[in-house]
Amino acid sequence: MSDISFERPDPRDFLDIDSLLSEEEIMLRDAVRTYVRKEIVPNVGDWWEEGELPSDALAKAFGDIGLLGMHLEGYGCAGTSATAYGLACLELEAGDSGIRSFVSVQGSLVMFPIWKFGSEEQKETWLPRMAKGEVIGCFGLTEPDSGSDPASMRTNASRDGGDWLINGTKMWITNGSIADVAVVWARTDEGVRGFIVPTDTPGFSAPEIKKKASLRASVTSELILEDVRVPDDFVLPGVSSMRGPLSCLNEARFGIAFGAIGAARACYESALDYSIERHQFDRPIASFQLTQKKLVEMMVAVQRGTLLALHLGRRKDDGKLTPEQVSFGKFDNVRNALEVARTARSILGANGITLEYPVFRHMANLETVYTYEGTNEIHSLVMGQAITGLNAFT
Amino acid sequence: MNVIVCVKQIPDPATPYRLEEGTNWLIRPEEQILDDTDRYGVEMGLQLVEPSGGTVTVVSMGPAGSGQGIRQALAMGADDAILIEDTSLRGSDALTTARVLAAAVGRREFGLVIAGTESTDGYSGVVPQMLAEILDVPALTYATKVEVDEGSVTIHRQTVAGYDVVTSSLPAVVSVTAGVVEPRYPTFKGIMDAKKKSIETLSMGDLGAERAPEQLVLSIVDAAERTAGRKIEDDGDAHEAIVALLAERKVI
Repeated sequence: MSDISFERPDPRDFLDIDSLLSEEEIMLRDAVRTYVRKEIVPNVGDWWEEGELPSDALAKAFGDIGLLGMHLEGYGCAGTSATAYGLACLELEAGDSGIRSFVSVQGSLVMFPIWKFGSEEQKETWLPRMAKGEVIGCFGLTEPDSGSDPASMRTNASRDGGDWLINGTKMWITNGSIADVAVVWARTDEGVRGFIVPTDTPGFSAPEIKKKASLRASVTSELILEDVRVPDDFVLPGVSSMRGPLSCLNEARFGIAFGAIGAARACYESALDYSIERHQFDRPIASFQLTQKKLVEMMVAVQRGTLLALHLGRRKDDGKLTPEQVSFGKFDNVRNALEVARTARSILGANGITLEYPVFRHMANLETVYTYEGTNEIHSLVMGQAITGLNAFT
Repeated sequence: MNVIVCVKQIPDPATPYRLEEGTNWLIRPEEQILDDTDRYGVEMGLQLVEPSGGTVTVVSMGPAGSGQGIRQALAMGADDAILIEDTSLRGSDALTTARVLAAAVGRREFGLVIAGTESTDGYSGVVPQMLAEILDVPALTYATKVEVDEGSVTIHRQTVAGYDVVTSSLPAVVSVTAGVVEPRYPTFKGIMDAKKKSIETLSMGDLGAERAPEQLVLSIVDAAERTAGRKIEDDGDAHEAIVALLAERKVI
């Protein structure tokens, strides 16, 4: 026994979590990681500062790799496992939460409902072009007065001859102003229905929300629908209740449980490198006990969060993942990522507030991630209800 | 036209390399990756066959291990692979490698064989030329640009001063430099499809190839440590010192 020698753990994968991944998962992960390092990381600080995104070029590049709707089967989608989708989200968000949001929205919030609830014709019409990145989609559920309580939505649609007329306003819609198509959820006499609305339909407009201090490398918009007329075959036939939008959110939240850890990992690695290079009192600051404590807390949080996400991924691939377990992942990983980002910022000192380093950008982004796709508080209540059997929402 | 690309699985250069005591052979881990310089060859092959619809076959010699490096080439889009694995090939030198690759390549119809100029773990830099000699086809080496026309191949051959334009008939062997083309990112579809593609594994017996006379590595010496550079302080005449230094090195 004594002649077994152990190598020092990899500071970037302390528990050797890579050993839990298949070769194919590692190849898929590395394809995204390489792309992000080459094309996103060197540029995203500028995009963030300027509040602009080269969305068409990104959509095309993501389409070429196969990222868009990657875990869906058929219709030009790659058909990977859910775990692989999660790992891709992790790598994308290690670049920027806005970049991951772009892919989440396209794949989980727009392509997924069309794939899951759409007619064959709707799938053929939209999914292949969306998978290639030729068509960008957005998802309209949240409204100015309807956030955590989406069932209170005011947007409504009514039949008018063979068509539908949709009226209402959606808010905080990622990709809204750049989208070619919107999946809009509206109240009808037949329950909550999903409508596929081409954004050039008369009565539809999507002004961009400016002056954001978070997710600046992401387009966020308001959707205004004034007597927007769509034919009956633009309605998703497969669902007529809140189950429709909620199942989409469940998909996206799953990706966020992975993604947030990507942002946290980027912050930890940035702080680790910085703490070794930065000298004070004639020593690297990494040699000080307070700094080491912070580094270890961050490393442990990132590894623990990765394990959690991976566990959820395996359960999802086994068809056993419950929405409450997704809440667990989103709740715990995002709050911990935010804590890691703040700790990393403190290690970088004044440099930590600049966009020369990724840390502050991630920290500001994670404030959004903490709130969107089910706030931290709502996920608490979901799990609270699950363990007590008592509803604390109302 | 069918293209064959010679590729090598090597230990990840990011990990420390270890040599076997006595033989000084590189200890090859189970997990090896595609030599980064081979990505250029694979990409070149894919670009050359895409217009005409030929196939790209990768050929590799060495311990299969997990085969990850081969699948990385397949994930880029190569159609199939031939892998020659035989314990008797441990410690092979460049000539044995060229003989084995030639025997494997000779089993297929091909218009062009592409190889990197040298591997990242061995650096002998002579295998492509030897391979061409054994196959009895022209060798066009150090290509920075490759074009194939009806029955001929034309390359830009990198030289110290610039490049030569070299043309030959097909079939031929071309060695390509890093940067000849920009290797593509493997797509998810490519990665998913890679596991379904054929990897033909052959032994020395299957090929009927023979080892070259043994080459021994007698000793390994660490490279000399770099010495500190010379610093020229500028008191107004630094430019003269720099010009003199460059002239001394015959750079100018």
